[in-house]
Amino acid sequence: MRKITYRDALREALREEMHRDPSVFLLGEDIGRYWGGAFKVTEGLAEEFGDERVRDTPISESAIIGTAVGAAITGMRPIAEIMFGDLTALAMDQIANQAAKIRYMFGGQTGCPLVIRTPFGAGVNIASHHSQSLEAWFMHVPGLYVAVPSTPYDAKGLLKTAIRGDNPAFFCEHKLLYPIEDEVPEEEYTIPFGVADIKREGKDVTIIATLFMVHKALNAAEELEKEGISVEVVDPRTLTPLDKQAIIKSVKKTGRIVIVSEDCKTAGVSAEIAAVVAEEAVDYLDAPVKRVTEPDTPIPFSPPLEQYVIPNEKSIIKAVKEIA
Amino acid sequence: MYKKMLEIRLFEEKVFELYGQNLVPGTIHLYAGEEAVAVGVCSNLRKEDYITSTHRGHGHCIAKGADLKRTMAEILGKKTGYCKGKGGSMHIADFAIGMLGATAVVGAGLPIAVGAGLSIKLRKTNHVVACFFGDGASNQGTFHESINMASTWKLPVIFVCENNLYAMGTRQSSVMAIENIADRAVAYGIPGVSVDGNDVLAVYEAAQKAVKRARKGEGPTLIECKTYRHKGHSRVDPAKYRSKREVEEWLSKDPIKRFKERLLQTNSLTEIEIQRIAKEVSTKIEEAVNFAKESPYPASEEALEDIYA
Repeated sequence: MRKITYRDALREALREEMHRDPSVFLLGEDIGRYWGGAFKVTEGLAEEFGDERVRDTPISESAIIGTAVGAAITGMRPIAEIMFGDLTALAMDQIANQAAKIRYMFGGQTGCPLVIRTPFGAGVNIASHHSQSLEAWFMHVPGLYVAVPSTPYDAKGLLKTAIRGDNPAFFCEHKLLYPIEDEVPEEEYTIPFGVADIKREGKDVTIIATLFMVHKALNAAEELEKEGISVEVVDPRTLTPLDKQAIIKSVKKTGRIVIVSEDCKTAGVSAEIAAVVAEEAVDYLDAPVKRVTEPDTPIPFSPPLEQYVIPNEKSIIKAVKEIA
Repeated sequence: MYKKMLEIRLFEEKVFELYGQNLVPGTIHLYAGEEAVAVGVCSNLRKEDYITSTHRGHGHCIAKGADLKRTMAEILGKKTGYCKGKGGSMHIADFAIGMLGATAVVGAGLPIAVGAGLSIKLRKTNHVVACFFGDGASNQGTFHESINMASTWKLPVIFVCENNLYAMGTRQSSVMAIENIADRAVAYGIPGVSVDGNDVLAVYEAAQKAVKRARKGEGPTLIECKTYRHKGHSRVDPAKYRSKREVEEWLSKDPIKRFKERLLQTNSLTEIEIQRIAKEVSTKIEEAVNFAKESPYPASEEALEDIYA
């Protein structure tokens, strides 16, 4: 099968959906012909579909999302790009109070079919305002879906599902994933929300990981295999809806769980998953739940400082060994 | 137009009365006194045109053609309301008539109106959007972001600022160094007009021009309507920050009274017709109240519905 990058897989999904459905259009800062998106995901699309459907906007995050909401409730399927995940803070009212609640508040009169794409993640030395992982903020808002693809295949299939759905979808990408290459079929496919993927089968310990952490978890599992510890890596692929059954099923099998997430520990993604296990699978556990996350700090700039706070293979292996 | 204005006024008086009888949960923000704005603007709109509204939105709904029964039922939290009791007074919507809903976050409706305008442009219809907001909202970032965007993209949006002089209890002059909010239009290269918001014909004419411009694809207009709410900000507000003299002065400029006098002077309506209209409107509102009162509350478990499509 052909291999393409995560970036190209996202672009393919956008392009194919724009061909399929004339109501799909893109808006965001520098996504058009002059730049093609800060991470080049939309490169070439303005040339192909025109500036009307691949729309450069002013630096107005709140109005970008608000405009997407207004278009979504009047017959269009907008896909808004926020250049860095950190900047969603500027648009939080439109995301959390408007997009997420418009269907509910108005008694189901309207859907709000919009996608917000944005990259999270640390590791490229761009400090506190361009490196956070804020997925948990959006898990906390009923009415939003939250996708966290870790591979090119998942990125394309999940983005198509997000675009075709009638709910606002918050689509998390990761800066370090864009250049990663993997197999993506040429033929049409979509991936349903709420269905986890077992990225590696194992029997001794379950690791739940998302986004770039999936790759670090897989590397750790490879190392641990050499030492005789068989690790299962489960990737939820969407945080809302969360495939609780897949998590519980794996815990039943291994009796041990390590949750690896790049966001802060307190009230983060890992906290929610740990709570699910505590509520619904505690009887299957043979050891305490372990969490490997960023400590509760902003992301620092200097490389040794930044590397210190990001979870890595070493910290994952250490956590697994503590309970294996 | 006179009938619509009266509908809003009597509707709001009735809501006030029902609130006193503990039939309205939560709070209410009454539109009484500002009727000329919603009616003057919406009388220029077609059914397919859109509006966005605010926490003080009953008047916008009625002016756009919303059903009084379902509006009243929503305010009372009943299942037969527009939003099945999930929205209430501050979140009424009727997508069938282009009423895209009221948002209770000050200034949040502006970018949504821009989005509806962009959607109109991309779908190549010649509809327009009227976006209602207050003087307080004009100090939000969304006001500036939205008008800049609509102006740059020449979107068919009519930004209607209902300047009732107070953002809750804060006087305009204490938070703005300018007198006319319409002056801000200059910064975005669009027409900005300031009109007597208690004169329905003045509002109508300004909106007519703006709608025409929008339909021709020439872009947005900012219309500032200087008006006054007869009651406080919300039901709990006795509005002590307003002097008695100021209130009396504005009450004497009551938009309905003024329009009625004008209609009589120009022989457009007779005293008998005025009375007939008043009776018709009263009956309609009584029917709405009865409908709302007799309607059931939603079942508790309905709280779990309509979150996702």
